[in-house]
Amino acid sequence: MNQMHMISLAQSTAAPAAQEPGYAMLVVLLAVALGVTIAVQLLTHLIGPQRRGPVKDATYESGVDPIGDTRRRFNVRFYVVAMLFLLFDVEIVFFYPWGVLFPRMHMPEYHSWASQMRDMGFGVSFFVIEMLIFMAILTIGYVYAWRKGVFRWD
Amino acid sequence: MPEFLKTMLADQFWFSIVMLAVSLGVVLGVLAPACILAERKISAWMQDRYGPNRVGPWGVLQPVADGVKFILKEDIIPANVDKVLFVIAPSIALFICVLGVAVIPWAGEIHFPWMPAGQTVKTQVLPLDIGFLFMLAAASVGVYAVVLAGYASNNKYAFYGSMRATAQMLSYEVPLGLGLLVALMIHGSLRLEVMVDEQAASGLWNVFLHPIAFLLVLISGFAETNRAPFDLAEAEQELVGGFHTEYSAMKFAVFFLAEYANMVTSSALAVALFFGGWHIWGGPGPEDTGLIAALVKFAIFWGKVLGFIAFYMFIRWTLPRYRFDQLMRMAWKAMVPAGMAAVAMMGILVALGWHGWSPTMRLVTAFGGNALLVGIGLLVAGRSKAPITGRQDYLPPVRAQRAT
Repeated sequence: MNQMHMISLAQSTAAPAAQEPGYAMLVVLLAVALGVTIAVQLLTHLIGPQRRGPVKDATYESGVDPIGDTRRRFNVRFYVVAMLFLLFDVEIVFFYPWGVLFPRMHMPEYHSWASQMRDMGFGVSFFVIEMLIFMAILTIGYVYAWRKGVFRWD
Repeated sequence: MPEFLKTMLADQFWFSIVMLAVSLGVVLGVLAPACILAERKISAWMQDRYGPNRVGPWGVLQPVADGVKFILKEDIIPANVDKVLFVIAPSIALFICVLGVAVIPWAGEIHFPWMPAGQTVKTQVLPLDIGFLFMLAAASVGVYAVVLAGYASNNKYAFYGSMRATAQMLSYEVPLGLGLLVALMIHGSLRLEVMVDEQAASGLWNVFLHPIAFLLVLISGFAETNRAPFDLAEAEQELVGGFHTEYSAMKFAVFFLAEYANMVTSSALAVALFFGGWHIWGGPGPEDTGLIAALVKFAIFWGKVLGFIAFYMFIRWTLPRYRFDQLMRMAWKAMVPAGMAAVAMMGILVALGWHGWSPTMRLVTAFGGNALLVGIGLLVAGRSKAPITGRQDYLPPVRAQRAT
């Protein structure tokens, strides 16, 4: 039974391996995306009329003459949010490899991999404790930001 | 059928190119314009008016007329803008929505009669082994279009609109990532087609296992696509058009099209990850690889996606827009902790050996875990003095920095 399962697994992994367009398709995709993007923008630029004038080229400010420039100070909260996002998103990116590998410890089809990992000393408890430490660090940063009033917008 | 066409269709690379043409044509050429029309019709219906009804029967040709008009209009690039960035911004928006549709597993695998036995092609443009990450990465780059558009326009409305939109998209990407992580931990694979196949094989959609994670992804999806009730970026009453105020002709149309294409993509992602993709009980399974079965799967997938899109539209005309402070508070004070808790809960289940259990046991434990989280959330919400979206007047001022 177990052998049967192994064989069927080998087949299912072997067949797609032969049928993998891989990153060649990505190149085609990027080229197509770039082509569509440029074509659409050129089309309207070439077909549409071009009647320019000082008023038409002015910045839109509800029909009033623009007051000053837009390159000015803005609320620092936007900056803080961007910084916080960077912190959190990078940490979440670290979650992903863990999220892929950890469930495989209990999946029957990855049994040999899991036992290899266990032999090397990376058991389930390693995965759990590692992530608990990581989450604790994340939580400390989160609580710090909360107490500092980063999430208060009024 | 000529021989070379048969060999082409049997090869994954050429079949992917066919799929690219089909999915681009369907999403950008048919579905996005159809969505625009549907949105106008649905909003008209909900507001008790007619909506577009002049061009063609029931106004079905309205998007075509609009498209022609967009192309024929003058492409104004105002004098004060940063010209390079001004052109690059809509390009990024369109570029990203072309990339986004690439990894969606539309209809499982197809086995053509002339192929050797056991061989199949995947109905996917890009069957990457990191398809999930690719999709997430493509979605994240979309922020640049908004930032650059607002900054390059040199217009106050556009600038503040883009600031808001950026903060919003960044904030909601965190709970989105956490919600998707839970779905990832169910399958232990970054391949979207594997996720769908496993859901179809067990008949147990991920939404039944982890409703909280799905809710996080759904709400973040609304926010990421700048749809109501999170459409502050283009709050007409305050900011005119938001980040695309200065754009005209096809450049404006590109932003518009990209918004709808992103809606389709995020719906398709939600369907693939949480609603079993092309699977329906009693329908074709992963082992049915005939052409007819593939078409049925394709239809089921699109039915689910269209259902999602209709849901998006109903929500738009049902819920009022959030205020900006409510929006940020909801993301950081409610959804991020909920996402962390959902990940922790799933982590505990995985550590206990969740993947080795029977489907019933999995369903019961995962659902129990979710119920527990909802209970804790309600308890915390009940003990707090005001809802998370209310004005937090009772809060003391932030403690000043101690003098050193």
